[in-house]
Amino acid sequence: MDKQRRKFLKIAGASVVAGIGAPAVIKLTSTPALASGHGTPPAHGEAPAHGHGSSEEEAPKGVRLGMVIDLRKLHAQPELMDNAIEACIEAHNIPQLSEEKIKQEVKWIWKMPFNNVFTDYSAYHVSKKVTEHPAVALCNHCDDPPCVRACPTQATFKSKVNGIVGMDFHRCIGCRFCMAACPYGARSFNWQDPRPYIKKYNPDFPSRMKGVVEKCNFCGERLALGKEPACVEACGGSGAIVFGDLNDPKSELRAILDKEFTIQRKPTLGTKPSVFYIV
Amino acid sequence: MIEKTLKGKPAYWIWLAFLGMFMAIGAACYIRQYNYGLGMTGMSRDVSWGLYISQFTFLVGVAAGGVMLVLPYYIHNYKEFGRITILGEFLAIGSIVMCLLFIMADLGQPMRALNVVLHPTPNSMLFYDAIVLNGYLFLNILCGWVILTAEKKQVKPPKWIYFFVYLSIPFAVSIHTVTAMLYCGLPGRHFWLSAIIAPRFLASAFAAGPALIVVACLILKRVAGFDAGRKALNKIVTIIIYAALLNMFFVGLEFFVGFYSNIPGHKHALEYLFFGLEHHGHVYNNLVPFMWAFVILAFGSIAALSTRAAKENDFVLGMSCLALFVAFWLDKGVGFVLAGFVPSPLHEITEYYPTMNEIGVTLGVWATGFMVVTLLYKIAIGVEHEVEG
Amino acid sequence: MYNKGTIIPGLILFVLFVTFPIWANGLMTAGDLPKPELPPGGEKQCVMPAEYMRANHMQLLNEWRDNVLRDGNREILEIGGKKYPKGLQMACLQCHSEKEKFCDSCHTYAAVEPYCWDCHLTPKEAGSKEAIH
Repeated sequence: MDKQRRKFLKIAGASVVAGIGAPAVIKLTSTPALASGHGTPPAHGEAPAHGHGSSEEEAPKGVRLGMVIDLRKLHAQPELMDNAIEACIEAHNIPQLSEEKIKQEVKWIWKMPFNNVFTDYSAYHVSKKVTEHPAVALCNHCDDPPCVRACPTQATFKSKVNGIVGMDFHRCIGCRFCMAACPYGARSFNWQDPRPYIKKYNPDFPSRMKGVVEKCNFCGERLALGKEPACVEACGGSGAIVFGDLNDPKSELRAILDKEFTIQRKPTLGTKPSVFYIV
Repeated sequence: MIEKTLKGKPAYWIWLAFLGMFMAIGAACYIRQYNYGLGMTGMSRDVSWGLYISQFTFLVGVAAGGVMLVLPYYIHNYKEFGRITILGEFLAIGSIVMCLLFIMADLGQPMRALNVVLHPTPNSMLFYDAIVLNGYLFLNILCGWVILTAEKKQVKPPKWIYFFVYLSIPFAVSIHTVTAMLYCGLPGRHFWLSAIIAPRFLASAFAAGPALIVVACLILKRVAGFDAGRKALNKIVTIIIYAALLNMFFVGLEFFVGFYSNIPGHKHALEYLFFGLEHHGHVYNNLVPFMWAFVILAFGSIAALSTRAAKENDFVLGMSCLALFVAFWLDKGVGFVLAGFVPSPLHEITEYYPTMNEIGVTLGVWATGFMVVTLLYKIAIGVEHEVEG
Repeated sequence: MYNKGTIIPGLILFVLFVTFPIWANGLMTAGDLPKPELPPGGEKQCVMPAEYMRANHMQLLNEWRDNVLRDGNREILEIGGKKYPKGLQMACLQCHSEKEKFCDSCHTYAAVEPYCWDCHLTPKEAGSKEAIH
């Protein structure tokens, strides 16, 4: 009896260790160690065929939604950026805090000078078109999001269906670990009840409550209805913001990425942002 | 044993009433914050953690510091610490209570705190932090209580308790290591993204925690007739000096890496902390006085602790230890967390000033911790006196 | 038993005090059973039988929430020829358009305060700050 119990415990212990350890080992060994060794990390699905050693990125799996923002077009028609931001605010019941509470503001997509959005790019003698026009920032819906890694409740998570980094406001405990973890400043906290600061309600979308974190959701609720994200729609057919599946070689998005030189925000951090910019 | 807390001199009751007053203020401030939201604090989109989390970080260190008494006594059989290990364990309990209260105070949705257990997430460092903090709290309550009970009955503590005593040693290290990992694993926060954070946290913890114990011993000597013994105190001072020097050394290494490599991201937070950071023609420097106070107090107290006077004179020893505790509080309980948010990921600078309400909650939590420690020490000293008759 | 004179009345007082919420509500405040008002549009059918909904609507809502938000399963339900997109605002409130007369009637009676309404807009609230569409 005693012997059997001991044997059972041994086996149980060993299998627990194996069960926990094995996936970790597999994950560690499959990491593309040097994949981002050369400036542009192969963030969009396909890796360069001549990877260093065994360091090819995994073949793309499933849908990975992403975006190309053409700053040239947004600069040519400055009203597009305002329209896109306004559309987002209306679609998602985003509160507009007053000037004295601006430090606690909530924003999903917003204007900011190029040097703030692209902090890694040298600001010395930079082209005028960059200094004279603002850029636009939003959640990058990273393929390897640090916010998701940090969240202790899986209130923020990466969708297995489409790669969107989503927020479950029902579950968020408001610890703000994700805000510390996000290298792009994409997250906002509801420091107070947002409702008094919402200008107009969109009846098809909830507001938020005090004490939870929120951010861009790539308009998951609109995609479900077959619509484009609100900011994309607001830019009309201008092509200033193009949305699609980064893993689909036939998508319009991929055609643009193949043709144009694009940059991502802070690519060296290994987060693999899904939002690309044409400057 | 709890009945020991119910009898005391008037000074004891005045001290409890004093703490109780701050606890009441803290509770009132917290109710306001609970109803309105964390907008009651000075935190912002850019500086999303403030006083609460920085106090939490510092107090994890104070809790871990108690192990510097447990380890020499139980592992190295250093008998002089026999009388005071219980003080280390009970200080750890009070500190962890404060840590947990600060975390609760910082949550936007405190009613959902159990989601951390309901939806366990092994990839989040906060998950492990919850495990080790609660584990360490449990171990200290268990070990402290069982050993004190044995002492009261004047018997040897049961053998099984030593397993938990030894277990509490790696736990003490782990609570501060995991707390460091909350910070040092975040991409894009250069100041925190440093492998030296965990060792630095441990070094400052092993100085600040024992320093507070020395202060407590000196106070207990005056007000409760409990003498820890000079030999024990002087030994603690040696530990404190080495740990404090290590912390200063680690801070110096951060300076070297930042300024010799000349990488702006590595320098910004240090510049902001110690010299002020210029941005768009404005110099942001609200933490500079605190950080220089930290440097002066730290080196001053290390020097003072190294003198003969500290070895012989209680007043010099007490003031030096207090100065060192304050110094490391400034370093970790103010500077470390706040500077991580400067500059913001979008290279803007927002300075943080706590609000009165926030300070009220903070004082309330500190008062609660001191209350817990006072009551536990009352019990420990009461048992001690009873045994000695 | 000594001190009988104080201990027994003391115990009685203690029991009365501890059970205060029960008898106070039972005797004084509890009114008639609530009668939630059925949809003003006269809809007779729900996604599930009334019996089931009465007991389990919260589980169903949680399930929908996780389907939609976490699993990306926004499949539109079709029941009795009517389409229901999963969602409190998108499905439930379309028929039960007066939350105050439907949801609240039982919730108030049972003293439950679901946090749904901290975020989800009732038609009345949504109408208070009309969006232009």
